[in-house]
Amino acid sequence: MGGCGIAGCMNLEGGRISGDVIARMLETMGERENGLGAGYACYGLFPEHRDDYCMQFFFDHEEARTAVEELLKAMGSITKDERVHTQRVKSMRPPFPMVWRYFFRPSSKLEWRGRTDLSDDDLMVQLAMHVNAEVEGALCVSSGKDMAVFKGNGYSYEISKYYDLGRYSGKMWVSHSRFPTNSPAWWGGAHPLSILDWTVCHNGEITSYGVNRKFVEMAGYRCSVLTDTEVVAYTWDLLVRKHRLPISAAAFAIAPWYHEDIARLDPESARLATWLRITYKEALLNGPFSIIVGRREPEVTMIALADRKKLRPLLCGRSQDGRTAYVASEECAVRIVEPEAETWTPNAGSPMIAVVGKGIVRTGNEHPFVGGE
Amino acid sequence: MAQPIAPMRRMELEAPERFIPVVDAGLCKRCKKCVSECSYRALDFVDGNVKPIGGCVACGRCINVCPAHCIEIRQIPSQFPAHANFNERVRRAIMSQASTGGVLLTSCGTDIAYPVMFDEMLLDAAQVTNPAIDPLREVVETRTFVGGRRGRLQVRDDGRLHMDEGPGPTIAMDMPIMIGHISLGSVSYNAQKALFAAAKELNILAGSGEGGLHKDFLPYAPHVVSEIASGRFGVTGDYLKSTAAVEIKIGQGAKPGHGGHLPGEKVSALISQTRMIPLGTDALSPYPHHDIYSIEDLQQLLSVVKEAVEYKVPVGVKIAAVHNVGAIASGVVRAGADFITIDGFRGGTGSTPRIIRDHVGLPIEVAISVVDQRLTKEGLRNRVTVFAGGSIRSSADMIKAIALGADAVMVCTAAMVAMGCRVCQQCHRGVCSWGIATQREELVSRLDPEVASARVVRLLRSWNEELKEILGAMGIDSVESLVGNRDRLRYFGPNSKIAEIMGVKHVGEGWG
Repeated sequence: MGGCGIAGCMNLEGGRISGDVIARMLETMGERENGLGAGYACYGLFPEHRDDYCMQFFFDHEEARTAVEELLKAMGSITKDERVHTQRVKSMRPPFPMVWRYFFRPSSKLEWRGRTDLSDDDLMVQLAMHVNAEVEGALCVSSGKDMAVFKGNGYSYEISKYYDLGRYSGKMWVSHSRFPTNSPAWWGGAHPLSILDWTVCHNGEITSYGVNRKFVEMAGYRCSVLTDTEVVAYTWDLLVRKHRLPISAAAFAIAPWYHEDIARLDPESARLATWLRITYKEALLNGPFSIIVGRREPEVTMIALADRKKLRPLLCGRSQDGRTAYVASEECAVRIVEPEAETWTPNAGSPMIAVVGKGIVRTGNEHPFVGGE
Repeated sequence: MAQPIAPMRRMELEAPERFIPVVDAGLCKRCKKCVSECSYRALDFVDGNVKPIGGCVACGRCINVCPAHCIEIRQIPSQFPAHANFNERVRRAIMSQASTGGVLLTSCGTDIAYPVMFDEMLLDAAQVTNPAIDPLREVVETRTFVGGRRGRLQVRDDGRLHMDEGPGPTIAMDMPIMIGHISLGSVSYNAQKALFAAAKELNILAGSGEGGLHKDFLPYAPHVVSEIASGRFGVTGDYLKSTAAVEIKIGQGAKPGHGGHLPGEKVSALISQTRMIPLGTDALSPYPHHDIYSIEDLQQLLSVVKEAVEYKVPVGVKIAAVHNVGAIASGVVRAGADFITIDGFRGGTGSTPRIIRDHVGLPIEVAISVVDQRLTKEGLRNRVTVFAGGSIRSSADMIKAIALGADAVMVCTAAMVAMGCRVCQQCHRGVCSWGIATQREELVSRLDPEVASARVVRLLRSWNEELKEILGAMGIDSVESLVGNRDRLRYFGPNSKIAEIMGVKHVGEGWG
């Protein structure tokens, strides 16, 4: 993505925030978008289905919906399905895909193409990537538990209206408005990009895309959405869920310190830093970016990270009562909903991490391996 | 009555001369320096004047030593009747072979004008959406690590490391360049000393080539990659343990399927001691390693060598780029190589049969890309360091080689040229007038190791600066983000099939 706006908010105590709040945050940064895509993700919005995978799809036609539904029935059970509520917005132009939601549980004795070694999460990753690559006219937009992505082709205020975001409330929202420069404007390409319970909102352009893509493809991920942000989502899933790196170490692999700075760390940290750089050199995201990463497991988590030269803006905030954490491209996005919030900027390449129930465990101004989650 | 035809003399059927040194008699000081410096004996002093007497190879030594600047080497225009198919090169080879009846020997990389894909690719640059980086104002990193990797790191929840789970023995180089394997034997003591000293100064690696390490060069060992070639010349436990890394040489780009060739002319007392072979004998290494007839054998040798060096240094394998290079590289990585060196068919050599040099192998551009794609597909690319060599002529070639998938490049001929080599392709004769590819004392002494070393240092440092400029222009601030980043290359040549094989888009194709 080129110049874009990102915003996120979280109730650190697990209370609910209405979709209207995130919509106001994002819409305020109107300078950062040009009507070619916007999107929102909400976590903790389906308490009654919290143990089901919530799969949301864009379908171009009824045949695609039938094909996906048959696939899901073969792979497990559908607890509930429904058309995602949308409403006409006069200024928006077709095509409008059908947006559909399935609450899904994979069968306990399943196998995927002869493989029996996959966990439920691994299977969901395979399933989503299979649909995106193989089922014509279908795109899996989100597939995590107790979370959902609402996105499309339009301005942020159009998309929030289109989905009537005010009808949802959750523990955390992340969002993105788009000013694309390197990939086509279409519904699937809008952010957040999501895999499993991960969502990524990304302002920037990855100059190392070819390398990062190899990194995730080596681990079996299939890139199908024509955007560098998809690769960022897979990278987080691979580093944190599959390789079990603490978030601070994963962030370091993605935006590492320079070797000359690593030399100033204490010996044990320097060794960890160097080994991360050697082992995960293909995970380094080069070029300008600021990203907000959302996650649900094991707790709802928000990560905000800028590139190691800080070529894109990123600002964090905390409400006066200490209950709400904010992240945004611009300070105005925080001030519009919380005029008296305390704000700060994390260091280049240093993640802010907020976790429901634990608070802000890293501000982004600490030693690289402090405040890991 | 017809005149009787004189019997044919051998000379009449030899190929005509290609070069002639022309001395301006008006300017010449008659110092005879050129005559004494010409190791090919192409000049003589006759009747008060310097005269060409045949055999000039255009090494250019006389031009550079002439205090009057009055020598010019002329390439004699073709004396052959024009024929595009039986061109001059073909006819000269026939004549030479008819005279000698042997396998023609030559040196350096092939001189045939095969297409060079490096020259058919363009690099990308940042505009608007990502800022270009000025390496003089901002950090742009070129540090390159050499060694095996495990593909993942175990880090505890408290952010501490499982200390025994590192990436294996690793060497850091300050730039993604290695001076290739140029043996003592193929080049002189002074030449190898200059190359090793340059590697030390630049904090990079240099290959020892086949034949062991001279005891005087032990101080350079932390910057030397030792080589186990099929002749096993000079290979001792101490040699392997002393160096920064060990390479098992299976093949070489200039002569895939052949072992090393060191003509007896170059086996001086010094070489005889280092290689542990009799004085003046040809040192011809076997074509295969006679303990490696299969991939299983290579795996065993890798294990043995790793044991020998106590797992303290990386152990790798060099292969020549041949048609099935992707699958071979995959096997080599699975056999346990920490690094793999791919040598393209245009690579140089001190001596090789011309038939092999000119007609066997694969261009390095294709080989790098095929290997990188294959290793990525098999999930192995993050286990190994890939070196690529075989005619890396400039920083542009280096940058494109890295973008195609090499972690670092291997440079030989360019380093020789920096030291004085003119690529006259006579190394196998052992009378290099520049003191590089020779063992004759009087010639070796012409090369000042300090001067030569400084020139190599300046060359490679300038390449690294150019690399940083290009990285910065691409909006990349560390060289690892260019490795295999084929998205930043576009093909601009006549054969889109080759672009497809290399995984490089055509010019005009955008991002998505």
